[in-house]
Amino acid sequence: MNILIKAATLPDGTRADLAIRDGVFVDAGGAKASTVIDADGLQALPGLVDLHTHLREPGFEQSETVLTGSRAAAAGGFTAVHAMANTSPVADTAGVVEQVASLGDQHGYVTVRPIGAVTIGVAGERLAEIGAMARSRAAVRVFSDDGKCVHDALLMRRALEYVATFDGVVAQHAQEPRLTEGAQMNEGALASELGLAGWPAVAEEAIIARDVLLAEAAGARLHVCHVSTAGSVEVVRWAKARGIPVTAEVTPHHLLLTEDLASGYDARYKVNPPLRRSEDVDALRHALADGTIDIVATDHAPHPVETKEAAWAEASFGMVGLESALSVVQAAMVDTGLLDWVGVARVLSSAPAAIGRVDGYAAAFQIGAPAHLTLVDPTARSTFGVDHLKGRSINSPYLGIELPGRVVTTIHGGVATVLDGELREPEEVARG
Amino acid sequence: MTARPVLQQADITRALTRIAHEILESNHGSSDLVLLGIPTRGVLLAERIAGILERLEPGTGRVGALDVTMYRDDLRSQPTRSPQPTRIPEGGIDGKTVVLVDDVLYSGRTIRAALDALSAHGRPRAVRLAVLVDRGHRELPIRADFVGKNLPTSVAERINVRLLETDGEDAVEIAGGAE
Amino acid sequence: MKHLLSTRDLDRDTAIGILDVAEDMADVARRAVPKLPTLQGRTVANLFFEDSTRTRLSFEAAAKRLSADVITLSAKGSSVQKGESLKDTAQTVAAMGVDAVVIRHDASGAARTLADGGWIDAAIVNAGDGTHEHPTQGLLDAYTMRKARHGDASRGKDLDGLQVTIVGDILHSRVARSNLWLLTTLGAEVTLVAPATLLPTGAATWPATVRHDLDEALAQNPDVVMMLRIQSERMNAAFFPNEREYAREWGLDDARFGRLRPDTMVMHPGPMMRGLEISAGAADSARSLVLDQVTNGVSIRMAVLYLVLAGGAA
Repeated sequence: MNILIKAATLPDGTRADLAIRDGVFVDAGGAKASTVIDADGLQALPGLVDLHTHLREPGFEQSETVLTGSRAAAAGGFTAVHAMANTSPVADTAGVVEQVASLGDQHGYVTVRPIGAVTIGVAGERLAEIGAMARSRAAVRVFSDDGKCVHDALLMRRALEYVATFDGVVAQHAQEPRLTEGAQMNEGALASELGLAGWPAVAEEAIIARDVLLAEAAGARLHVCHVSTAGSVEVVRWAKARGIPVTAEVTPHHLLLTEDLASGYDARYKVNPPLRRSEDVDALRHALADGTIDIVATDHAPHPVETKEAAWAEASFGMVGLESALSVVQAAMVDTGLLDWVGVARVLSSAPAAIGRVDGYAAAFQIGAPAHLTLVDPTARSTFGVDHLKGRSINSPYLGIELPGRVVTTIHGGVATVLDGELREPEEVARG
Repeated sequence: MTARPVLQQADITRALTRIAHEILESNHGSSDLVLLGIPTRGVLLAERIAGILERLEPGTGRVGALDVTMYRDDLRSQPTRSPQPTRIPEGGIDGKTVVLVDDVLYSGRTIRAALDALSAHGRPRAVRLAVLVDRGHRELPIRADFVGKNLPTSVAERINVRLLETDGEDAVEIAGGAE
Repeated sequence: MKHLLSTRDLDRDTAIGILDVAEDMADVARRAVPKLPTLQGRTVANLFFEDSTRTRLSFEAAAKRLSADVITLSAKGSSVQKGESLKDTAQTVAAMGVDAVVIRHDASGAARTLADGGWIDAAIVNAGDGTHEHPTQGLLDAYTMRKARHGDASRGKDLDGLQVTIVGDILHSRVARSNLWLLTTLGAEVTLVAPATLLPTGAATWPATVRHDLDEALAQNPDVVMMLRIQSERMNAAFFPNEREYAREWGLDDARFGRLRPDTMVMHPGPMMRGLEISAGAADSARSLVLDQVTNGVSIRMAVLYLVLAGGAA
């Protein structure tokens, strides 16, 4: 597939034609193309990379599969996703991670990079076969028990030390379990009024504080998943100033939504970590802008309808986020003047790729580099609806809300996955 | 929409006095008489009649209030009504002659509800009905024993009974209807 | 009134309206035939996802005195216990043609979820949801206080200036929450007394005075002292050292009871743990309104069922 993209606006604001042949960018001068895309007025971004996706396969295919999650990702402008390990069976062996990666390759919408579990069965007791997963065909570099916190300090220390051996990173779900027993939403006056068990900020901050010190002692990379409080930002800022090799992510929903949404007990807004106060949202936005928080990661967490149509305490935690991520980042960061498109390209592409050791994203749009990109129309606005959702689940907190931006085209390794705003069919994408 | 006056203060007083006399006449030996007004204006009328009875024959003016809200058959088709207090005078109603008093007799459904309500308080010897105005259009086999004034009306019209205690004046008027 | 989900969203006039209707309902109980035909032909479903014999019986009695048909579903031994969801149960009950659902659930917000879910078109009455609210308990407590203060002249009155001190496990108490919002709306001044561990985060922003010392609180001469139940599962969860210390610091023992003004009302939502949060002497004294609370509960629930069911489309 030879593609010529005419007059796209690059992140730095310059305009250029982009030519793609055999999966890589080539010189646009005099290039012939079977497909010509008029990108006048469209913003070109490097293919987006999500470091935190729940694809649910194997085990929870009623929520999502590698195929449906890949399609949701492509629709959102992503060309690579990291599949979290809390499947069934858990991705704690080379077999499971290779299966997930090869399913991703087979479908071709995005590069699927499996995340390996830190501990067997994400049970927090014994280390999983980290070396085997790292050396497998899936070449796992990110390890996480996400959904559960590696709360045992000794185990966390060993995991950091051991993962470093394979150039890996431990992505910690920072949640002190005893402080969050039965927790349902952000701790505070609203939770008290609603009678929902509070989720104290300190339960997140205490684990991050401990872990950055452990990472320093171990000389190992630590990545903090879904930072949600102003206090966590301060801890990360302190650690970075001290030179500790820590990176941090924030989800789109924590950049836009606040705890008030819980007041009607609508479980679409139930998520782990919980939505916090507007002061926290503000701190997270500024931390993302100044680099204290390195990346945006979706924590795309599909759930079947019935697990959300329930009393709050009985409903599942989580929201889908792949399809809405870029729009939410535009609303929270770009349209507010906190981040330019160079910044967006950093927090949603090059930085997460660097943390996950995904090749091909360091030199976006350069001749010879793999052709991963997305074209968005930042001037579009639409009411987010179920028709925007391309995965298997519809537990989005944005339904009915107007959001800016529209993904017009996504190209993964030279193959268009989204064209003219339409997701292409699996057979077309798999054919390349 | 204009309201047409039909009874003035003097007419009302005259009507109630006549009703009081009729009650005494029909109830030989009036020692077992109990007047129960139906809220809101029926209670006021019952109190006035009782006052007249008391002047005519001291000891006959026992009066109370009987709320029928909870016995209505139209609760589902009307906005929520707040019930009013029921007051049964000392001595109860068992074996007594109860005179129900209301301002306007129309479909008869209020009186039907009142008869049901009454049975929850005891078993009177007899129940009579006194109304200030009978406007016709009965939907149930109910008639008044004592009527202040018969006022033939169309269904589209409305009878407004205004009393000094609640409305600042005594008057009955017909409002609405075909112009 | 379409539903009764919480006292937080009741305004003063609506609240007084409910209490006034309850006055009339209380009169009914004193009559030769203590029954009204008002809700004949209407069906009330009691969905008790969490066991509570007292509240269930009270609602049943209320519905029956209004001549409604009552179907009751208790968690024990039912499909609920087998993991049937709120939605499925609601739809099943809706298919039976139910006009009102009285729901008790251990999840906060369950009543609201049922009302907003669009699964059932019945009036929803919250009979206690998790640690959120128990609005009919709040109403019956307010009714009991008003009656004790104003007697037969209660109709139309609020609780202006009444000093109410609520003592105990505020953190887990839906009764405390429903009382706090309602009593405040009615003009009472509420003081909450508890160990710091049993006060919710952010209670300082509530319209109440917060204290940790019961003796200091009682020295303010409150008009009402409401003792809350300490649930046994709290004993082992590090909220306080042990029963002995709790009783000593926050229990209404005979000595504290003896220092109260003779006309202080002593209340408890029940069931009581005598000797722990309240002494037998205090619970059984003439100042105790515990049994009035039970009696008044039926009147309040009759009033609520009447108000959510009697109103038509208008």
